[in-house]
Amino acid sequence: MKLDVTYHKHDVLVVGAGIAGLYSALKTSAEFDTAVLSKVYPTRSHSGAAQGGCGASLGNMTEDHWQWHMYDTVRGSDFLGDQDAQELLVRDAVPVMYEMEHMGVPFDRTDEGKIAQRPFGGHFGNFGKTPMKRSCYAADRTGHVQLHTLYEQCVKNEVRFYNEFYALTLIMKNGVCLGVVAWDMTKGGLHIFHAKTVHLATGGYARCWKITSNAMANTGDGLSLVMRQNLPLEDMEFVQFHPTGVWKHGMLVSEAARGEGGYLINDQGERFMENYAKEKMELAPRDVVSRAAQTEINEGRGINGEDRIYIDLRHLGKEAILAKLPQVREMALKFQGRDMITDPISIQPTAHYSMGGIPVNLDTQVLADENNAAVPGLYASGECACLSVHGANRLGTNSTLECAVFGRIAGLKMLDFLRKDPYVEDLPEDAADAAREEIEHLLSTAGSQGGVRAITLRDKLQATMTENVAVYRTEEKLKEQVAICQELRAEYKKLAIDDGGVYANTDLIEAIELGHMLDFSYVIARCALERTECRGAHWRTDHPGRDDENWLKHTLAWLEGDDIRLAYKPVTITRFQPEERKY
Amino acid sequence: MERTFRVYRFDPSKDAEPHYDTWTIEVDESWTVLDGLSAIKWHHDGTLGFRRSCRHGICGSCAVMVNGKNDLACEKPLSSVKGVITVEPLKEFPVIRDLMVDQEDFFEKLRLIKPWLINHKSPPTDKERLQSPKDRKVLDGTWECILCGACTSSCPAFWDNEGFLGPAALLKAWRYVGDSRDEGLDERLGILDSKIGVWRCHTIFNCVEACPKSLNPTNGIVELRKRLLKEKL
Repeated sequence: MKLDVTYHKHDVLVVGAGIAGLYSALKTSAEFDTAVLSKVYPTRSHSGAAQGGCGASLGNMTEDHWQWHMYDTVRGSDFLGDQDAQELLVRDAVPVMYEMEHMGVPFDRTDEGKIAQRPFGGHFGNFGKTPMKRSCYAADRTGHVQLHTLYEQCVKNEVRFYNEFYALTLIMKNGVCLGVVAWDMTKGGLHIFHAKTVHLATGGYARCWKITSNAMANTGDGLSLVMRQNLPLEDMEFVQFHPTGVWKHGMLVSEAARGEGGYLINDQGERFMENYAKEKMELAPRDVVSRAAQTEINEGRGINGEDRIYIDLRHLGKEAILAKLPQVREMALKFQGRDMITDPISIQPTAHYSMGGIPVNLDTQVLADENNAAVPGLYASGECACLSVHGANRLGTNSTLECAVFGRIAGLKMLDFLRKDPYVEDLPEDAADAAREEIEHLLSTAGSQGGVRAITLRDKLQATMTENVAVYRTEEKLKEQVAICQELRAEYKKLAIDDGGVYANTDLIEAIELGHMLDFSYVIARCALERTECRGAHWRTDHPGRDDENWLKHTLAWLEGDDIRLAYKPVTITRFQPEERKY
Repeated sequence: MERTFRVYRFDPSKDAEPHYDTWTIEVDESWTVLDGLSAIKWHHDGTLGFRRSCRHGICGSCAVMVNGKNDLACEKPLSSVKGVITVEPLKEFPVIRDLMVDQEDFFEKLRLIKPWLINHKSPPTDKERLQSPKDRKVLDGTWECILCGACTSSCPAFWDNEGFLGPAALLKAWRYVGDSRDEGLDERLGILDSKIGVWRCHTIFNCVEACPKSLNPTNGIVELRKRLLKEKL
């Protein structure tokens, strides 16, 4: 089979059309030819599932200062976040929220007509002491309307969209990124995108767990693209489990439900958070609440002894639920047949957010090593990137905020670079070879006898990640998972798909995505095995306590064939020294 | 428990005509139509083509026809579908493959109504524009649209004239025209008042019935008509 190759040239190529990708495209398209490549239509991106809002110290409802937001973010990150990046996040949060309002985002409003704000877990006033309303929201569909608004702004700016194109490989020459090779998911065919700058905004990667809040598209493709160029990933062991996933399904009951006053209840009818975070109760950060919920379940106090607890909103009243949490209510009705106005809802911890990712500096340039050498032409932001603003645990409302703030910065920094009219090298002759080989190989397996089905490997990966790399971790389980990942990666070589055609072949795409998931899951398990302490979302029951002496540092991991090479780099501490983390 | 799925199949790169394939598979009582389609694809026939992503009705990828009614596959519990589960692509959109339809034209219609805030005054530099809760409430029922296409595909006016902007694009137009911060009615007047605009709607309310998010595009169209009439008088 001879695959067609089509050539395109743009100043900027953005991969991924969530909040981060679109924000950058909006900025660069004001002056330069900008293209966005996305494996889904832009409005289908997973930013749209974000519910509760964006944190920013506007102070519209309670006195607030960026220093307070920063303190909460630093403490929430269990002191692993880089404080220069965290400061940038919370300072830029304020103008970025205003800019989004100016674009037209229909935030809820206060009586005076300002952007309304609501409480959220881990956010407080006066350095952790008083209640705080910081999250700027539009009902419980904030990410949805921010995503749509940014998309519409990009349409206005005539950004060129390549919808349902799947990025296969980065094009690198002498350490410089020159573009991307992609697959047209409907018509078939390889496409070379030659660009002066490439911005990866490919989102999260929690699809490698069985119970997850993530969309089916969240297969961490951008991470593999980077890893396969012998570039490292950072802090991959830190994956947040959100305490309130819909039981058996995993999608989220927004933290806004707790922000608005929801209770978590065990089988004995107790608000069990009293035993874990007496002061902040349900508004403690997610890692704390997830451990509490998991402990209740593990010790037999789940509802009917099952792997679920209740979230109870009945005391908030019908009017508040309908006005502030309409989507969450609708979801409970559809997936559990229960109405939050009259019934509590069954929930369980669900794999949610990836704190780790592609290492980048404050300008969102991708970094090649522990000395922070930048890769020219290559940028990353949003959930696929690791700055690190979330350290070991992200606070609610800081994710879409990160996407907006650092997606915007990526756009501005690419503008700076392009204004200097950089010389761009010709593409290497073999630019499309690796991508072609991958596609041709997978297509050639169609219908072959004795091949392994993708579902066999994916089911095993997801089930074992849920079992072994969960809220609570041990050396024994992590070692087992490292071995399972090695085995699954070997099995993947025997994969056979059903569909050998080039036209709208979704079977092919799922097989490629599985290859990506196997690679970074292996890295997650190995990094988690190495880190022998408890910090934020990484909780080793066999190594109690945070160990600042040995582990106040970031992990970097390179995938080298079947091996993983590790290195470490220091955490940037500016304003707040590590202290005991209590809620 | 076993359920039978009858699924529309068409690969224009190979098939002269569409046909239906039938599978009877073991399902869990908690499953949705999407769970069923996924199980068929993963265990029985990887060539089955359909779109999906978020699994909870916010991304808008998986709108299909289930037993003759438009719905999101991910939000349609199997328990709510009686008998054989027939799944077909959205009507009147060109089929790319099986349940995947071509939505380029749908998104192009959206572009035509200028779906962005038009305001000729510079906003305050370091503050939000003010909007009263009452003015903001006017927008409820518009901005929640997930652009799944279920409404436009169900619209008889769209079946008659595929140039018609359709309920989704018009609801989006009302989302901006109805926004107290927007000054763009003049710029949108030409397209809204044209032969592919608001007057083409026959107020049959199919879109209201089809919307998986319980929105009311017809209401948006009626509101736009009122604004246009006021503008013309």
